[in-house]
Amino acid sequence: MIASLDERIRTLLRRVPAPGMGVENSSRHTNLGDRAFRGATFLFTFMIVVLSGIMVYQMIDGSTLSLREFGLGFVTSQIWDPVQEKFGALPFVYGTVVSSLVALILAIPLSLGVAVFLAELAPRWLERILSFMVELLAAIPSIVYGLWGMFVMVPWIRETIEPPLSEHLGFLPIFEGAPYGFGMLAAGLILTVMIVPIIASISRDALKSVPRAQREAAYALGATRWETITLVVKYARSGIFGATLLGLGRALGETMAVTMVIGNRPIISASLFDPGYTMASVLANEFTEATTELYLHALIEIALLLFTITIIVNMLARLLMWTMSRTISQGGRA
Amino acid sequence: MINRFFAILLLLTAAGASLTAQLRLNGAGATFPYVIYSKWFDVYYHKTGVQINYQSIGSGGGIKQVIEGTVDFGATDGPMSDEQLADARTKRKTDILHIPTVLGAVAVAYNLPVEAKHIQLTPTTLADIFLGKITKWNDWRIAEHNPGVSLPNRPIIVAHRSDGSGTTFIFTEYLAKVSSAWKKNVGRGTSVNWPIGLGGKGNEGVAGLLKQTVGSIGYVELAYAVKNNIPYAAIQNKAGVFVAPTISSITAAAAGASRNLPEDLRVSITNPDGKESYPISGFTWILVYKNPQDAKSGAAITQFLKWALSEGQSYAADLLYAPLPKEVVAKCLQQVDSIGK
Repeated sequence: MIASLDERIRTLLRRVPAPGMGVENSSRHTNLGDRAFRGATFLFTFMIVVLSGIMVYQMIDGSTLSLREFGLGFVTSQIWDPVQEKFGALPFVYGTVVSSLVALILAIPLSLGVAVFLAELAPRWLERILSFMVELLAAIPSIVYGLWGMFVMVPWIRETIEPPLSEHLGFLPIFEGAPYGFGMLAAGLILTVMIVPIIASISRDALKSVPRAQREAAYALGATRWETITLVVKYARSGIFGATLLGLGRALGETMAVTMVIGNRPIISASLFDPGYTMASVLANEFTEATTELYLHALIEIALLLFTITIIVNMLARLLMWTMSRTISQGGRA
Repeated sequence: MINRFFAILLLLTAAGASLTAQLRLNGAGATFPYVIYSKWFDVYYHKTGVQINYQSIGSGGGIKQVIEGTVDFGATDGPMSDEQLADARTKRKTDILHIPTVLGAVAVAYNLPVEAKHIQLTPTTLADIFLGKITKWNDWRIAEHNPGVSLPNRPIIVAHRSDGSGTTFIFTEYLAKVSSAWKKNVGRGTSVNWPIGLGGKGNEGVAGLLKQTVGSIGYVELAYAVKNNIPYAAIQNKAGVFVAPTISSITAAAAGASRNLPEDLRVSITNPDGKESYPISGFTWILVYKNPQDAKSGAAITQFLKWALSEGQSYAADLLYAPLPKEVVAKCLQQVDSIGK
């Protein structure tokens, strides 16, 4: 049904020129100002590439000792002992990935709901107020989230969330153990609170930028509100996906707020009630007092690892999106 | 018109340059003494016009800056190692002096619904709690030394610093001194591999963990425990007396340790002699070059340190730092006098 609706809308809109198509290629007529402008903007863009290059070089250069000493074992070892100078990063990698995943699983449906309500359902005055508040949430500094998390959210988790979970779902390994409040679940929840505003506000923009004609065409063809919304969401999926990626990026790199609620213990435990540790947190915690060379190099290697993981996650996400959009467009054509 | 403008500009720059050259000192290091240092620098500025900038970037950072020669002085809660001193000697062509400024204590704070003002802990019990060997509050090893206190049948939740810190160094150094198991399995350092427990960032992080978690025990700077109204334990000292951390018991600890002070004052004073000594305390040091490259700033630092060691000490107690005992001040002044000679 939806596919055919999609197809019919496309036929309807075929006569409308796609954006950008009408613009002539005017490179032949460029004057000096245009060329200078193009050169300047290119230079700015190129600086990003150079900057990333310098960063990678510095991180590799700054972690040579640890790279040489531990090799691949750095990623697989679970021991982090600054006194014995034995360093392994696996618990931090685990903590970073799991806390971000928990946050993403909770945040995606929530923020999509917020975005759809704001873009499609809310009356204009309400949308304005709520959008403002959502954007305000995104602007709160993470230390404030951290303090709030520590003094308000953690006790709430310990008193209200964890006991029933442990009572009814305690047989699941992820809800095992004593409820302290502090731990992976708290980190996931605070990250959720922090990334929902980002994902929601960008997704709302993506939804709002879907041409009005799409909606009108859908309604004209007799689609229900639900069908129209699913269509609009599908149309805006790349924007929503980008928003999710931005949210994930923030979750992976978030330092202060997570450090204050995760319990900071480098262990790998299936239970979300147990404390954990993230890569960004250990950097923030130990960098200032890392007194020996090897210790410092190990910390910089963690930074390098975080950088690598962020790149891998982004690439996987893009790959996923590419295959997704291909299958969808193929499905539409069939 | 333009000429006049430039003339004024030139004059201003010249004035500014001479002002900075004469009267500004830069320092960086430990966060622990930041409160009293900023008080000192402020009072000293109003007294003498010498401006001292201090960045509390952590002891490790302070040592690094001193070795790199980017500051006029550094500050640290843990003394520099021999390798670091040698490194500084080759890079800066001068020795580094350690000048103790005040004393700080690490309080063993807890959250427990008991009547007693301070629960009493022996060194071994304390080590066993942080090693995870004692897991319940009503364990006989704790109860033994707390007659009349009804200790609850609750699990002990250990809280420690997650960030590298001088506080952790003093605490683990003490445990390594009193417990061979601790020394063997954990050791001492600004960050260690904790056998159990939750980590909180900074004193405020640990204080937060403690305030919220019934049955928890952790260590914080004394000032944090006092200001946040978190109860803290009396620890059995070397003489066998249970002593709670107070300004006087900390100063007593330094006095107890002063008999064995080495020339260079790089020394830990945990577990000292003396009946009144609180056993978990330590110096915090200012690091200065013995032969400063800039004689002017060297002289300015010498002047400041002399002031800090005399009049400056009176500001300590109000800010919950312990002033140095007389015996130690005398030794510090000897070191200060050797600057530039």
